[in-house]
Amino acid sequence: MGNIWEIIFATDFIFSVVRVTTPILLAALGAIVSDRAGVVNIGLEGIMLMAAITGVVISAQTQSAFIGLFAAVCAGILIALILGYFVLEMKSNIILGGIAVNLFASGGSVFLLYVLTGEKGTSSSLASKVVPNINIPIIKDIPIIGEIISGHNLITYIAILSVVAVYLMLNKTPMGTKIRSVGENYHAAESVGINVKKVRYIALGLSGMFAGFGGAFLSMGYVSWFSRDMSAGRGWIALAAEAMGGGNTIGTTITALIFGFAQAFANSLQGLNIPSELITIIPNVVTVLGLCIFAITKTTKVRKVKANEKNNN
Amino acid sequence: MNNYKIFEPIRTAVAIIIALIIAFIVILLVSDDPIGTMTILLVGPLKATRYLGNVIELFIPLAFTGVATAFLFRAKLFNLGAEGILYICGIIATVIAIKLKGYGILQAVVAIGVASVVGMLLGGIPGILKAKWNINELVVSLMFNSIFFGIGFYILNNYLRDTDQSLVASYRFVEPGKLALGNLVAGTRIHYGLILVLIVALLSYVFMFKTKWGYALRMTGANNRFAYYMGIKTFSVIVYTHLIAGFIAGMGGAVEVLGMYDRFRWGALPGLGFDGALVALLGKDHPLKALLAALFLAYLRIGADIMARSTEVPSEMIAIIQAIIILLISAERFLAKWREKQLVKEAK
Repeated sequence: MGNIWEIIFATDFIFSVVRVTTPILLAALGAIVSDRAGVVNIGLEGIMLMAAITGVVISAQTQSAFIGLFAAVCAGILIALILGYFVLEMKSNIILGGIAVNLFASGGSVFLLYVLTGEKGTSSSLASKVVPNINIPIIKDIPIIGEIISGHNLITYIAILSVVAVYLMLNKTPMGTKIRSVGENYHAAESVGINVKKVRYIALGLSGMFAGFGGAFLSMGYVSWFSRDMSAGRGWIALAAEAMGGGNTIGTTITALIFGFAQAFANSLQGLNIPSELITIIPNVVTVLGLCIFAITKTTKVRKVKANEKNNN
Repeated sequence: MNNYKIFEPIRTAVAIIIALIIAFIVILLVSDDPIGTMTILLVGPLKATRYLGNVIELFIPLAFTGVATAFLFRAKLFNLGAEGILYICGIIATVIAIKLKGYGILQAVVAIGVASVVGMLLGGIPGILKAKWNINELVVSLMFNSIFFGIGFYILNNYLRDTDQSLVASYRFVEPGKLALGNLVAGTRIHYGLILVLIVALLSYVFMFKTKWGYALRMTGANNRFAYYMGIKTFSVIVYTHLIAGFIAGMGGAVEVLGMYDRFRWGALPGLGFDGALVALLGKDHPLKALLAALFLAYLRIGADIMARSTEVPSEMIAIIQAIIILLISAERFLAKWREKQLVKEAK
């Protein structure tokens, strides 16, 4: 057990928690915005995958990481808006629509990869670019803190700024109020003149944008290639993080960090003498346990409140 | 009324046709011989008995997971856990089949029976979590897919793996050249699992439409609050729906492994469970219509496989067709105007 503690308290472990949390956090931000507008985007997983392949392909074509990143984010927004069209105009069930997006992305990304490279596994034959890591001046020279905070991928810093942006947007701007009111009760929102459809399109577009950044991080930051189904359930873990965070930006960020911790912990256990098949399920087990603990405490609270009300009457 | 009844099948057909047209456009972009490629995709499976056999072989697991998912979707429970249950129950069936090697019919009966019961119990977990604490069954079922795969793969690698084989595979559970579920149609690999799945679908139909439990299930799906206030115990409906779905998915895993292979060979999730969602959706969450949907999907898949082997278009192409079909069929407004016109016409 001794070396497990050594792993956890090493600065490079905490650094890797931040790194591993990045895509989960970005997708979770997408989940927050869409869920608060009442159109929870189940397709995050697939959007990340399509963004990941788009980033790789476009950056290889243009030899520019930033154009690749931009294209990945655009792909994310586009898919989310197509989903939005079906859900908002054609009245598709949002869950089935999300499932369609995921099925499409899982096969469609491999299809695209095969058509472009003739391979079905990874994009290693494409000379794709990587979004650079950033060393923050001054902070990078501070011992321990510098080692943890500085030197991350640009997209990680975008993720951190996005947390602040989403928090401010939802709580301090008219758009945020609109999104929340549409999610709370869209009839009421409609009655005061809010264009529900437009707000939901915007919310879905934003969720696609965040998932797009998350997907780009996977193939252009976390690693430097695309591989089949590389989002590996992160979109779903993000939805769980959002559910546990109660749709609240700070709560969701904290749960995303917990899941990132579990994932990073699983990664660093690879070297130890524990079967790798069992290590890979740690993040999933933590997610299920987290959801259970959250839901059970919530229902007991509700029951207590109800019981109190009865006594008072 | 007649026009109203034929509306749904027409809508489904139009959705499929639109999906195929878009597929053709995609093929046009990537293939030198688009018409030839499309022809292979559409009529390829008819060209040989062996191919038709392949369609039925693939139909069997798709029908199992499709019927299982139809139960869940009918009760408006968006659970995609058939995938993980299929995998782990395949492993369990393998364990038993290896132990009972040489016991003839007993081997298959015990292996399928135990795997189904285990599938039922595992399938019940998200059900209880949902019924008791309203925990999102979709996320939980997806997490369980990875968990069941991890545990199953661990068992495979550490207890069942035949190290003489270069690929991941368990020990043999039947003599070479034989299969545990026998052969139903000569010249193909169609096995007795076909009869089993037809019985399961028929019983599912009877359960869903001819019993009070099935009625409660359908009412809960249509409007769970209304069902609750009507006196239906939605708690138990959610739980037994999950138990039944788990049972059928588990049976599907066991039947697929014993019917098609001499060893357990899945080194990754086979994807058959996710396809179940598509089958259920195409079959309108109806066990018998799900059979038709499974047959259609199996036909399309085998067509895509033949296409991938004989042309440069990969079989993943099918994902595009599937996504469009799901989006269009689940779209309430799709062709709604046409339907309204028909209704108005009749009223006149």
